[in-house]
Amino acid sequence: MLPMNHPDNLNEIRTIIAYHKRWDLLALVAGVTALMIAILTFIALFGSMVIDGMPRLTWEFFTSFPSRKPEAAGILSAWVGTTLIMLVTAAAAVPLGVAAGVYLEEYAPKNLITEIIEINVTNLAGVPSIIYGLLALGLFVYQLGLGQSILSAGLTLALLILPIVIVATREAIRSIPVSIREGAYALGATKWQTVSDHVLPYSAAGILTGVIIGLARAIGETAPIITIGALTFIAFLPPSPIQDQFPFVSFQWLMEPFTVMPIQMFNWISRPQEAFQHNAAAAGLVLVVMTLLMNGLAIYLRYRLRKNIKW
Amino acid sequence: MPIPNNTDHSPGSLRRSYKRYLKERVIELLLFLAAFLSVFITFAIIYLLISESLVFFEHVSVWDFLTDTQWTPLFDDAHYGILPLVSGTAISSLVALVIALPFGTIIAIYLSEFAPFTVREIAKPFLELLGGIPTVVYGYFALLFVTPLLQTILPDLPGFSLLSAGLVMGIMIIPYVSSMTEDAMRSVPMHLREGSYAIGATRFQTAIKVVMPASLSGIAAAYILGISRAVGETMVVAIAAGMQPNLVWNPMEPAATITTYIVQVSLGDLPHGSVGYQTIFAAGLTLLLLTLVFNILGHLLRKRYREVY
Repeated sequence: MLPMNHPDNLNEIRTIIAYHKRWDLLALVAGVTALMIAILTFIALFGSMVIDGMPRLTWEFFTSFPSRKPEAAGILSAWVGTTLIMLVTAAAAVPLGVAAGVYLEEYAPKNLITEIIEINVTNLAGVPSIIYGLLALGLFVYQLGLGQSILSAGLTLALLILPIVIVATREAIRSIPVSIREGAYALGATKWQTVSDHVLPYSAAGILTGVIIGLARAIGETAPIITIGALTFIAFLPPSPIQDQFPFVSFQWLMEPFTVMPIQMFNWISRPQEAFQHNAAAAGLVLVVMTLLMNGLAIYLRYRLRKNIKW
Repeated sequence: MPIPNNTDHSPGSLRRSYKRYLKERVIELLLFLAAFLSVFITFAIIYLLISESLVFFEHVSVWDFLTDTQWTPLFDDAHYGILPLVSGTAISSLVALVIALPFGTIIAIYLSEFAPFTVREIAKPFLELLGGIPTVVYGYFALLFVTPLLQTILPDLPGFSLLSAGLVMGIMIIPYVSSMTEDAMRSVPMHLREGSYAIGATRFQTAIKVVMPASLSGIAAAYILGISRAVGETMVVAIAAGMQPNLVWNPMEPAATITTYIVQVSLGDLPHGSVGYQTIFAAGLTLLLLTLVFNILGHLLRKRYREVY
C-alpha cells in the first residue's frame, strides 16, 4: 500500500474533495434557485391579482351588494356574512377547544380513552374540509334542522378549526413550568383554581395565537360552506343583532341565509365576463390581506412571546 | 375570605369541602366532554357517510360503483362509476406532487443545512404566511393566470384542465411540504451533523447521508400530509379543472375530481333524500377512505423509520 502522502494518493484525494465540493456548490445553487423560483412565482401570481383588482377597490366596493352589473357590484353582504360567521365560529371553537386542551394537558389520566382522544385530534386535522361540509349538511342542516343558516356555517367552521385550537392550547399550556402549579397546590388551591387562576392566564397569549391562526383558516374556507348550501347572490343584510326596542339584542341573524367572501369570489371567478373577474381579483385581495394580517399578527405574537417570557 | 381551619370538623366545613369537591368533579367532567367531542365528531362523520352511502348502495351495486367507467348520476341514463372521479383526483394530485415534493424538499434542505441564519428567520414565517392563503385565491390564479400562460406554450390546452389546476395546487403545497420537512430536518440533533463534518463531509453529503436518513420519519409525514392535502383539495380543481367527469389519464384534459363533484352537486339544488343527494355521501366516503389510507401509511412509515436518539 502506498503511503498517504504519496503524490498519486494525494491527487486522488484532491479529485475526490473537488468532486464533492462541486456537488456541494451545486446543491447550494439548486436550493437558492428553487427558493427564488418559488418566491418569484408567488410574486407574479399576487402581482397579477393586484394589477387586476386594485382599481376596483373603492369605498363603494365595500358598501354595495352583489349586482348583475359588474361595475356596481360589491362585497357588502359577503364581508358582513364572513364577520357574523366568524363570531359564531369563535364563540363555539374557543371554549370547546380550550377546554379540550386543558383536559388533555392537565386532567387526562394515562389510559386508553385519552390515547383515543389524542389520536382522534391528530386525525381530524387531516380530514379534508369538504368532508366537514358533508357532516354539516347531514347533521346541522337536516337532522338538527338548523337549515342553510349563519349558525350552521359558523358551527361547521368551528368543528373544522377545533383541532387547531386544541393543539395550540396544549402547546401553550405545556410551556408553563410545573413549579407554577406546584406553588399553587402548596397554597392549597384545587386543581381548577390552579388552572383558572394560573395556567390559563399565563398561556392566554399562546392560545390566542392558535385561535387567530384557526380563524384565519376559517375565513378562507370555501368548500364546506358551499356544501351546506350557501347562496351566492344575497342582496340584503341579516337583521342587526342590536335592536332599538326591548330586549335590545336579537338572535334572528343566526338563522338567516348568508354569503361569505370566498363564495362571492368563487361566484365572480366562474363568470365569463372579464369585468366580474376583476371583481374577483379585488375580493381576493381583500381576502388575502385579511388572512395575511391575521396570520402575521399570530406570528408576531408568538415571536414576542418567545422573546419576553423567561420562566 | 376566612382562613380555613384544619381542626374544624363541624358539619358546615365538611359540607363546604364536599361542595368544593363536587364542583371540581363537575368541571372535570365538562372538560372531558369537550375533549371527547372530537371522538364524537369522528363517529358522526363515519356514521353519516356510511348510513347515507348504504341507502345509495341499495340503488347501485358496489360492483358497478367500482368498475363502471362513467359517472353520470344526474342524467336520465344514470351511471354510477366512481373511476372517472378517482382518475381525476389521481391525475391532478400527481401533477401537484411532481411540483411540490422536489421543490419542497430542495427548499427544505437549503433552509435547514445551507441557509444563513437571517435567511431562515425571514423565510420560515414567510412560508407560514403563504400556507394561510385561502385556496379559492389559488383557484383564481389557476384559471385566470396559469391557464392563459400555459396556453401560449401549449396551444391545444383547453380552458379547463387538470394540468393547470395541478400545477397551482403544487405551488400551493410547496410551503407546507418545505416547512414541515425543514422542521423534521432541524430536529435532528446537532452532534450528528458535527460528527459528519468532523470526518470531512460537505454540507451536501451531511444533508443527504446523515440528516435526511435521520429525519426520514418526519419527511415521510410531510410528504403524506402533502399528498392528502392534494387529494382533498377542492376549490382549485373546482375552479380550474372543469367539472365534467371524464375517465382520462392525460392531464391536458378537463375532468372532475371527487371533491369537485361534491361541490357541483351542492351548487345545484338537489332534494334531500334523492339518489343524487346520496351520491355525494358515497363520493365523500370514497374520499375519506383514500385519505385514511394515506394517514395510516404515514403512521406506519413513521413507526418503521423512527430513529431514537
